[in-house]
Amino acid sequence: METVEKKVIAVLGDFKNADAITSAAKSIHESGYTKFDIYTPYPIHGLDKAMGIKKTILPRFSLAAGLTGLASAFALQYWTGAIEYKLNIGGKPLFAPQFGLPVFFELTVLFTAITTIFVMFGYLCKLPNWHSPYQHDDGFQAATDDNFCVVLEAEDPRFTVESAKGLLAKLGAANVRIVEEQD
Amino acid sequence: MKAEEQLAEVGANVHTNGASKNGYANGVMSVRPEREPLVLGNPTIHDVTEKIAGIAEGKLTPKFMAALLASALLAAAGVGALIYTFAVGIGVWGLNNTIGWGWDITNFVFWVGIGHAGTLISAVLFLFRQKWRTAINRSAEAMTIFAVINAAIFVLTHTGRPWYDYWLLPYPNQMHMWVNFRSPLEWDVFAVSTYFTVSLMFWYSGLVPDLATLRNRAKGKIAKAAYTIFSLGWTGSTRNWQHYEFAYMLLAGLSTPLVLSVHSIVSFDFAVSILPGWHTTIFPPYFVAGAIFSGFAMVLTLMLVAREILDLQDYITLKHIDNMNKIILATGMMVGYAYAMEMFIAWYSVNPYERFVFLNRATGDYAWSYWAMVTCNVISPQFFWSGKLRRNVLFTFILSIFVNIGMWFERFTIISTSLHHGYLPSSWHYYSPTWVEITIFLGTFGLFLVLFLLFCKYLPIIAISEIKGIMPGSQPSHHHHDDDDHHHEAVSAAGHH
Repeated sequence: METVEKKVIAVLGDFKNADAITSAAKSIHESGYTKFDIYTPYPIHGLDKAMGIKKTILPRFSLAAGLTGLASAFALQYWTGAIEYKLNIGGKPLFAPQFGLPVFFELTVLFTAITTIFVMFGYLCKLPNWHSPYQHDDGFQAATDDNFCVVLEAEDPRFTVESAKGLLAKLGAANVRIVEEQD
Repeated sequence: MKAEEQLAEVGANVHTNGASKNGYANGVMSVRPEREPLVLGNPTIHDVTEKIAGIAEGKLTPKFMAALLASALLAAAGVGALIYTFAVGIGVWGLNNTIGWGWDITNFVFWVGIGHAGTLISAVLFLFRQKWRTAINRSAEAMTIFAVINAAIFVLTHTGRPWYDYWLLPYPNQMHMWVNFRSPLEWDVFAVSTYFTVSLMFWYSGLVPDLATLRNRAKGKIAKAAYTIFSLGWTGSTRNWQHYEFAYMLLAGLSTPLVLSVHSIVSFDFAVSILPGWHTTIFPPYFVAGAIFSGFAMVLTLMLVAREILDLQDYITLKHIDNMNKIILATGMMVGYAYAMEMFIAWYSVNPYERFVFLNRATGDYAWSYWAMVTCNVISPQFFWSGKLRRNVLFTFILSIFVNIGMWFERFTIISTSLHHGYLPSSWHYYSPTWVEITIFLGTFGLFLVLFLLFCKYLPIIAISEIKGIMPGSQPSHHHHDDDDHHHEAVSAAGHH
């Protein structure tokens, strides 16, 4: 590998078995790697835990959005009905939580759903992002088909090409390979 | 499927010889083998990609183009009738002073109701861990979105001056007026628009991983560009899947009460009024049951055709059809109960107006509509007590059309029979639609089919990533929580490769 001039950005390896990938993830995590990821065609249960990924913080955003939606629905109905535009309709109260309920509910759901999706894709998953440094690697591409592709990134402080390759080979990865920086 | 603990069923489907083709789950023994597999023919994960993505990658066939053209012509006729309505006014419809709601609102409720099965399948069945939903949820959700678009067409044109429809929204304006939140019609504005938005986002976020699969396979330039843009650069990173799965679950959790609220609020349009025949407390649950009933029928109508044409018998199996027919039977009896209970309460209330309306419903001018409804909705689903008929594809298809018709008549019956005889005989009237209303209604079917055909052609009609996740051996075997003796063996056998 010393003869290669381009910078190595990652070492990749393929797995085909859900059990093997889970135990591999566990071993990689236990060996101290933090900058690594596993690309899979469908979510594999418990894989995030095996990789040592912390629980998602998404629910906090969702909860905040839901409360905002509820408060907005209250403010909208109260302010327009009981303050700004007091119109007597059949002697009904200008504002009452009973008739406000449907809109309370709908806006709570609407705010929560929009925020959850936008935060999930845009902030937590950092999407849209139409460039991946590994996108020309066949095994990486096959991760949307039937491949479980492990990527050990060079940014990890423990990373050396030899040790990363050795680790993946030891864990039983097929087709262990390097990916170099693209020009 | 993205549920945390879904292995019970997967485990049941694993056979020793089973998935060893691609190296999954070697040595995992089968427990409870009596469960019917969800995907037949024992395909590998790669086979699933090939099959489903292959549909979207196939060439345009003359058959498809003919179907698309016919649907588009039907839709165009509807657009023509709509333009005529806009130009002349809704006086061209058959409405009169007594009957102010006719086919417009009937069709609105009809289409909204159909949409509900999509949400039920994608959200409610997801929360109940019903793994069989994965074969049909994608197309059912698509159907939801297309049906709500059609519903919106009716509700937005029945206002008479649709170019002022933005008045329905609360926004600061030069008239210093605000919408009336005391009206159920305003609740409907919020309910239907929220429902559409959330359904669309739920559907789209489900599509993203599958669009990435299509992106990585696409050959054509335009296809590649389109799938690239809409898949947002999805890679299948576990760090992303983790957030994604949570969002998916949360949206399912939100959609479940949402779908119940939408049809409840639609029913408030009637129930909150003080008109005999509409002013009943049974309406919200009765409408929700009816919506699920009609929606499942429409899912079956569409899926049975798609299953034959696209050769999806291994994915949409007889088990799926059987399950859906059971739901049709159950919800059909719920609406039957509601019909009976309405009659009983009308009698029990000793209110002469209530009694008259319901007696008139069954024996008056619109009795033909009432009995068409009862025949299609209450009597015809009874055939599904028979397991043989539930698994008969042709019979199911015919019966699903009966249910569609019956549920249309239900809405028509509720609207026209309650309106056509006012308190004074001088305001008694009869309503029948003009060609304009009929053409608009047929046009919405055209639009529905155009959208559905395009969906079948260009998008993955079955949720690829979800169906992969429920296949035998696709999940790590140590996730079996119900421990048996094979449990530890399986882990140690499969864990060291």
